[in-house]
Amino acid sequence: MAHMAATDRIDVSIEHKRAAADDQGAKQHPNTCPGCGSHYRDDEIAQYLRVCPQCGHHFPVRGLERIAQLADEGSFVEDETGLRSADPLQFFDLRPYVERLAEAEVSTGLGDAMITGTATIESLGCRLAVMDFSFMGGSMGSVVGEKFTRACEASAADHVPLVSVSASGGARMQEGILALMQLPKTVCAVEELHDAGGVLISVIAHPTTGGLLASFVSLGDVLLAEPGALMSFAGPRVVAQTTREKLPDDFGLSESNLRFGHIDAIVPRPELRPTLACLLRLFGGVR
Amino acid sequence: MTTEAELGLRDRLAKLSGVKLLRGTKLSAELERLQRQLERLRADTSDEEIWKRVELARHQERPYTLDYVERILDDFFELHGDRSRLDDQALVAGLGRLDGRTVALIGHQKGRDIKERTKRNFGMAYPEGYRKAMRVMQMADRHGFPLLTLVDTPGAYPGVAAEQHGQGGAIARSQAVMVRLGVPTVSVVIGEGGSGGAVAVAVADRVLMQENAIYSVISPEGCAAILWRDASQAKKAAAAFKPDAAHCLELGVIDGIVPEPEGGAHTDHDDAAALLREVVVSHLDELVGIPSEDLRRARRAKFRAMGVFA
Repeated sequence: MAHMAATDRIDVSIEHKRAAADDQGAKQHPNTCPGCGSHYRDDEIAQYLRVCPQCGHHFPVRGLERIAQLADEGSFVEDETGLRSADPLQFFDLRPYVERLAEAEVSTGLGDAMITGTATIESLGCRLAVMDFSFMGGSMGSVVGEKFTRACEASAADHVPLVSVSASGGARMQEGILALMQLPKTVCAVEELHDAGGVLISVIAHPTTGGLLASFVSLGDVLLAEPGALMSFAGPRVVAQTTREKLPDDFGLSESNLRFGHIDAIVPRPELRPTLACLLRLFGGVR
Repeated sequence: MTTEAELGLRDRLAKLSGVKLLRGTKLSAELERLQRQLERLRADTSDEEIWKRVELARHQERPYTLDYVERILDDFFELHGDRSRLDDQALVAGLGRLDGRTVALIGHQKGRDIKERTKRNFGMAYPEGYRKAMRVMQMADRHGFPLLTLVDTPGAYPGVAAEQHGQGGAIARSQAVMVRLGVPTVSVVIGEGGSGGAVAVAVADRVLMQENAIYSVISPEGCAAILWRDASQAKKAAAAFKPDAAHCLELGVIDGIVPEPEGGAHTDHDDAAALLREVVVSHLDELVGIPSEDLRRARRAKFRAMGVFA
């Protein structure tokens, strides 16, 4: 597409769509936009908050980078860093679970798929519970459930709102039934928080599917989603295979969920920090 | 058998014998048979045993919710509809009398022939089903009726309309309603306890499983398709995530196991229902009279403690 460089004012959306379709299945560079094929340097894309300036596509954001985007500089204090998954089932698929865990920890530098701590956003105090999809697909096992529960308890105790940012494929299969039990566990945590007068603001990033959507994520006082984020209980592949239905183009996307009344707003990433600050002011009763 | 495996087995035996496994079973004539079942459960559950239980849990002659309802509840009155859109027939609800008490019942319902299976959507509920469940739970709460739920679903229905109607949110809110109930709640997994669709109606004071029921985060086929990239490896997947009752008890996920007739519940529906009734009534006897606030606190504390980490 080099010949188009000089004609960037011409609408090339049709070509771009085809280019994106052609690339499906092939491994794309993580800095290449799947929406329009634009490519960015690492520093460029970080500076744009990982949103494509050409087409608005929202690239995935790692947990710590998300916190840096949202929190006042230097305000974040991480807690509960010592929790690690155990392997109660001695789970072994093609490889042992403990090996997958160790590998995920080495490659992400995280103890598990959720980072929690305190921060301020535009000087307003809050707690953050942010998921990182890079750690085993952001799956929720015992550690994520426990960290989220402790975040709710601390939020209630300190009377500060809790902001969760989810990005997860669902419950962690390798922990079997205990992973499923993190659904009622986190639901209990939100209900206890609500009983204590606390607030949960739930931010849904791409993708948030399965057990996450069927537990705490859906119970926020306010539900915000990023543009184009997949948020469905069953993923599109499972639905297509099970039902042989033709899926609508916007199946499970935040736009469709807004239309059907399941979320309060779609917030583009550059507006997320001011939006959260606004909500923190509203819920905090700041004059 | 290696020494390590032997140690593991002994540890499990010790744990199992320490649990009130058959709490509430008062049928003295059954004692000898129950003892044999206890022995069976105590034996280390092999991969083959686990798969056998998966097959029994899905057995097409296995009693379904309404088979139990007609055997254990008097004056059953079915309640239809979610008061908003439709009546989901994969989840039935109603009021009935159990041992002289009015109870609310919610249960997944499968079908035995093609027509009935289609009508019941193979026991896979839409969000409307969970909304019906929620309104019946809240009604039970208003009137102080204990709640009995019977869980038997491959999972919540994965379809376009189900997503558009908010499947995930409905499952989350159904759990939230159960967390808040001030009446005694007992859930029994009577067949397949399939993932979110099951736990949506199983956040109870007492969660029980029948001897040959399974309770799992994903179906064996689904797990195999994802982790082994081959759905035919379901047997291996089931052996890996151990959805059988003995393992769920050991992991602290359930509070007891309900015995079944020799050979499985499908061999004798009356007998299976009598055993189920006996156990459920004894749990309700323990729970009725406990103040609402205490029930809620204990229920939340139980689920708060679930999980294993270092």
